[in-house]
Amino acid sequence: MSDAALHDHDGRLSACPACDAAPLAQRIAGAKGGQAEVILSLPTIHCATCITDVERVLNRHPGVREARVNLTLRRVTVDAPGLTAEELIPVVESIGYEAHELDPAALSASAADRQGRDILMRIGVAGFAMMNIMILSVAVWSGAEDATRDMFHWISGAIALPTVAFAGQPFFSSAWRALRHGRLGMDVPISLALVLASAISVYETLHSGHHAYFDAAVMLCFFLLIGRYLDYRTRAVARSAAEELTALEVPRAFRITPTGDEPVPVAELRPGDLIRIRPGARIPADGEIAEGSSEIDRSLLTGESIPVAAGPGLALSAGEVNLTGPLVMRVTAAGRDSSLARLTALVAAAESARGHYTGLADRASRLYSPLVHLLAFCSFLGWYLATRDPRLAVNVAAAVLIITCPCALGLAVPAVITAASGRLFRRGMLIKDGTALERLAEVDAVVFDKTGTLTMGVPQLVSLDPIPMDARPLALALAQGSSHPLSQALTQALREAGTEPAALADLREVPGHGIAGTWQGRAVRLGRADWLGAEHGDATLSASWLSLGQGAPIRLEFSDRLRPGAEACVERLLGSGRRVLLLSGDAAPVVCDLARRLGIAEWRAGVTPLEKAQALRDLGAQGLHALMVGDGLNDTAALAEAHVSISPASALDAARTASDIVLMGSDLVPVAEALDLARSARRRIKENFAISLGYNVVAVPFAIAGFATPLMAALAMSLSSISVTLNALRLR
Amino acid sequence: MQILGILIPVSLGLGGLGLLAFIWALRGRQYEDPKGDARRILSSEWDDHPKP
Repeated sequence: MSDAALHDHDGRLSACPACDAAPLAQRIAGAKGGQAEVILSLPTIHCATCITDVERVLNRHPGVREARVNLTLRRVTVDAPGLTAEELIPVVESIGYEAHELDPAALSASAADRQGRDILMRIGVAGFAMMNIMILSVAVWSGAEDATRDMFHWISGAIALPTVAFAGQPFFSSAWRALRHGRLGMDVPISLALVLASAISVYETLHSGHHAYFDAAVMLCFFLLIGRYLDYRTRAVARSAAEELTALEVPRAFRITPTGDEPVPVAELRPGDLIRIRPGARIPADGEIAEGSSEIDRSLLTGESIPVAAGPGLALSAGEVNLTGPLVMRVTAAGRDSSLARLTALVAAAESARGHYTGLADRASRLYSPLVHLLAFCSFLGWYLATRDPRLAVNVAAAVLIITCPCALGLAVPAVITAASGRLFRRGMLIKDGTALERLAEVDAVVFDKTGTLTMGVPQLVSLDPIPMDARPLALALAQGSSHPLSQALTQALREAGTEPAALADLREVPGHGIAGTWQGRAVRLGRADWLGAEHGDATLSASWLSLGQGAPIRLEFSDRLRPGAEACVERLLGSGRRVLLLSGDAAPVVCDLARRLGIAEWRAGVTPLEKAQALRDLGAQGLHALMVGDGLNDTAALAEAHVSISPASALDAARTASDIVLMGSDLVPVAEALDLARSARRRIKENFAISLGYNVVAVPFAIAGFATPLMAALAMSLSSISVTLNALRLR
Repeated sequence: MQILGILIPVSLGLGGLGLLAFIWALRGRQYEDPKGDARRILSSEWDDHPKP
């Protein structure tokens, strides 16, 4: 219900015209002065000193007019005409804060802000009206009579009617939409109660009656709007963080033209274009190598952990990473035809199948709203037939509607979801989808991908022992000169062992092969087996070879580093009685080794992307609710196919889009914790339903019997709302 | 009962004042960065010479 309500929020007139005008004016001003504002993401800022430091250093930088840090969003907005992000990032990094460029076009913050302010404004107005009417109502409840009571009712009405018309607008429009589509949402009984309560109160006031429900109508608006705002906040926080992840990757390619290289957006690439790919860069389109040699990391596409040697003629797919040497690539397929786009289509197909999940709130409201209407109608009919007094009958029916109105029900789910996702957010998990938490609670099988998920996708030296003590400074000096992941792993291992680099002459990197230098007249080399005249054999581990100019080359073995918390996470999942599976595109020996290390009994190696998706579908057919954890392009279809899915923040954009939850940190333990938290959140939601239903069960007989008073309605409503909220906050 | 003629407008006026203050704060974008605003007060950067 609330999802649709939020979407249609944009269509209506805003509650705060000035809020619309301000961003518009900003946009116009921004358009005139060119790209005057630069937005940087600052993931590491956390305190008052960080704010002052960043603002001070940026404000001192020549050309900067104003810099403002937003700690909630961890961003800084810099007003600096003529300066680009490339010039400002080093300024922030010089004082030790990490900074990344954000693509302002990808951040739709202003639209979301407007929606949030709109709801807040309505809450403010409803709150003001509620307090004033309550003051008057207390006087009526404690015995004001005759002219005084009438006057109080009139004043209450004068405040309540405009308030209900304004603050109730989200409910009215959503109820109208539901009715037009022939459905009874939660908003239909809400709107009916609001309208009926206001109308009957006006009628009673005109005829100097005893009971007016103005306070109940406004209070209803107030509590329900709070529920709606909580719902909106959860979504907005998740969306802005997800957008930020997307905005971080500004996709550009370097096209080679007769006048030199020009950066172009990836979308503008055409088959036949020549593009240059720097070492360390991701390949933006499908194509084949025209010039240069290097090594290619395919782990995100296939799950293979060993880099592949690349030379002219080799076919490349979008998403692979170039490791060592610069390459020139001829584009063969870009945009819609690339392998990336074909996978995206697969994902879209799988996602549309999952879109039919109905959350607990929807299921509850489907049961609840027909019942409420029926109850109110029956009590009207009963009283009318018994007394032939339409005024009394309508009064009773209105009281029944107000008492049963799902005030606490509207808070029951958003309050729990807000508490739970706030807790998960602090543990580094970002919920992208509203029903993800409920689906997570049902999980009974967990499927992991290997490379990049259970492992870091970063190599680690198995042992330093093969390198003699006197050769270590040499090895370090060689390894330092290259940015290849294996060299970097070697550098790190040697540094940790306290080695100092030797002085080498003539250090040069041979792209695609390794790195070479001269030491005391001897040629020393570090690189691939075939380059050093050694046999790689059919070993399962990636290896690099060190040649000291004399004797046989030394073999250095690397294994993929386990993601921190992977062992603990798998252990906890197995301990909780869930099935754990490992599906990897990598070679069997490596997968087998890892599965044994983690104690996973069910594993499959060499699985293609389609087979992964099929495996998930099979699990679903067996009646299992599977959680898929994966990061690569080869996992995307499976992520979308699973009942619920998680991907690490290091995953490809496509994988993150396909998954419901993004893991921000590198630790895997929160995954196991999230499953437990989701279960207790679902328990809380059900408890909340029970609480609000309990109040109804007690109060409804009074209402039907005709004993309900506005005081009772107000008490039941506020007590149930408060107890539901408190119960949600109990979540651990 | 004449006191009501004074007290009711007074209470409404005070409530209205609160509402106006809330709308003013909302328009002034004071709910954009609640975390940052809470921390900014701890910084002594502009204590001696207020930010121009």
